[in-house]
Amino acid sequence: MSMTCWETIQAYSLRSIGIGENLLPRSDFTICQQFTLIGSGLIWNLYFGILALVFGFFLANAVALARTARNPLIRKPAEWFVFVFRGSPLFIQFFLAYEALVLLPKEFMLFGVEINTSWTTRAWAGALLVLFLNTAAYSAEIFHGALKSIPKGDLEAAEAYGLTGWKKFIRIEWPTMLRLGWPAYTNEAIFLFHATTLVYFSGFPAFAQKGDALYYANYFADKTFNPFIPYPIVAFYFILLTLAVTFIYGRVNRRLNRHLPSNSRMKIRLRPNLIR
Amino acid sequence: MFEACADPKSIEGLTWYLCYFTSAKHVDFYWSFLTVLLLLAITAPAALGMGFMGATAARSHIAPVSWLGKIYIWMVRGVPDIIFFLFFVIALDQVIEYSKSLVVCESHAWPWQGLEFRVCPEAKVPLGKSAAFWHQAYGFMLAVVTFAIVFGAFVANVIYGAMQAVPRAQLETAEAYGMSRRQVFRRILVPQMWIYALPGLGNLWMILIKATPLLFLLGVRDIVYYARELGGSKTQAYEYPHGDWRLWYFLGLLVFYLIFTRISEIGIGKLTARLSHGQATAGGEALRRAGA
Repeated sequence: MSMTCWETIQAYSLRSIGIGENLLPRSDFTICQQFTLIGSGLIWNLYFGILALVFGFFLANAVALARTARNPLIRKPAEWFVFVFRGSPLFIQFFLAYEALVLLPKEFMLFGVEINTSWTTRAWAGALLVLFLNTAAYSAEIFHGALKSIPKGDLEAAEAYGLTGWKKFIRIEWPTMLRLGWPAYTNEAIFLFHATTLVYFSGFPAFAQKGDALYYANYFADKTFNPFIPYPIVAFYFILLTLAVTFIYGRVNRRLNRHLPSNSRMKIRLRPNLIR
Repeated sequence: MFEACADPKSIEGLTWYLCYFTSAKHVDFYWSFLTVLLLLAITAPAALGMGFMGATAARSHIAPVSWLGKIYIWMVRGVPDIIFFLFFVIALDQVIEYSKSLVVCESHAWPWQGLEFRVCPEAKVPLGKSAAFWHQAYGFMLAVVTFAIVFGAFVANVIYGAMQAVPRAQLETAEAYGMSRRQVFRRILVPQMWIYALPGLGNLWMILIKATPLLFLLGVRDIVYYARELGGSKTQAYEYPHGDWRLWYFLGLLVFYLIFTRISEIGIGKLTARLSHGQATAGGEALRRAGA
């Protein structure tokens, strides 16, 4: 049963979300199959990365602000949140979350409505929750640092113009915070995408062999006993993904810096921050 | 361990917990924390060495050496490190066995045949008949080398940046005093770069701590392995039957890591203060003023 590469792409390019051929290839593995299936798995890395970043951005802003609050009832929980998620391995967080979600009662009544919780143990929900909280904590630390390093003169100038409270925040502090924090936040985004490869290796099972890019690369390496093809393929995909993230965040960075003379703009530099 | 624990089914309450937490398997669990510390103790200096060599190579005036150093540094960027972990553990094993097979085997057939990696039994590392301990030790050794290679690239990146950050004037002054390139490197550049490298290295140390649970993925019986083993629900067939306690075991691991990273953070802060002493940096200047 040999397929042309085009047939392989049709059969497997959406395999990771359950569309197309159900049976994974079992013998006579071709490079085309490996490229297609691993690429198909990348859909999940994009799903986890994009959603966690979008939702995490909002929580990160809230937590960063809470950390600057004078009221300890607001500040302390924010500090603990950041400490717990930055101080422990993401790998352990995944395991812990999975075990906790499994122990949730499967069904319970709330205000007369029956609530089913079994979906929370699925990777698409449970792992996304962990990644969302994790990136929120790391980003909150970045934004908090940026908030603290806003030049004093900018704030004094804002007050001289009569801006106070919320107006001062939304017009001066928040945009400046984003601008100062953006290079570090770009790195956070890149390494969040890298972190999504941990999902299917940390407790969350892949149902019906629907997994991410690394899951399929690992599948091929296990089946062929040859790591020299699938892992470079998944590495290649991630280099492309990293370039894309750098490009998109670079455009945002340009917009955030558009009012500044070109020699005083914040530059984005890739900094390693591997496993969290 | 204790005499009262001879018949676990007949005891209850505090004694039961005491016996439970001192069972043979739990003692293995406690030892596995030492495995993690051992990994850190070997990997950190090894990665520092690899990183130092990588950074020195990247700064070399001989083009191929400098390329090699730069490729090594850039290798780990852009690609999730877990891919390197999964890759190196198999790849190193196969390279070792293939090299050994060239020496000890009679036929030198290409080992990747169809769906198998096949070398003659004498070339297996460790040999099939070796004790389980050697298989564990070999797996641990592969993990250490993998960690050292991956983290070495990150350390190289930090040290390369730190070497660039040492003020040019310092090096030029040394050259003006007639020091050779080697002397400038040893006496001026290396002693001064540490303060610039420290924030990055401190960050890497924290990341290294947080990467240790990956030992589990590399097939080593580490704390994650035991937490899953011990925490899983045990039926009456076991000495100490209990429900699914994995949540509590993982909570324990979480607390372990939080304490570990917190202590490290404090330690790095103290080290930074010490290394800032007498340096031409803002931190060094603050220390000088405080002393004066």
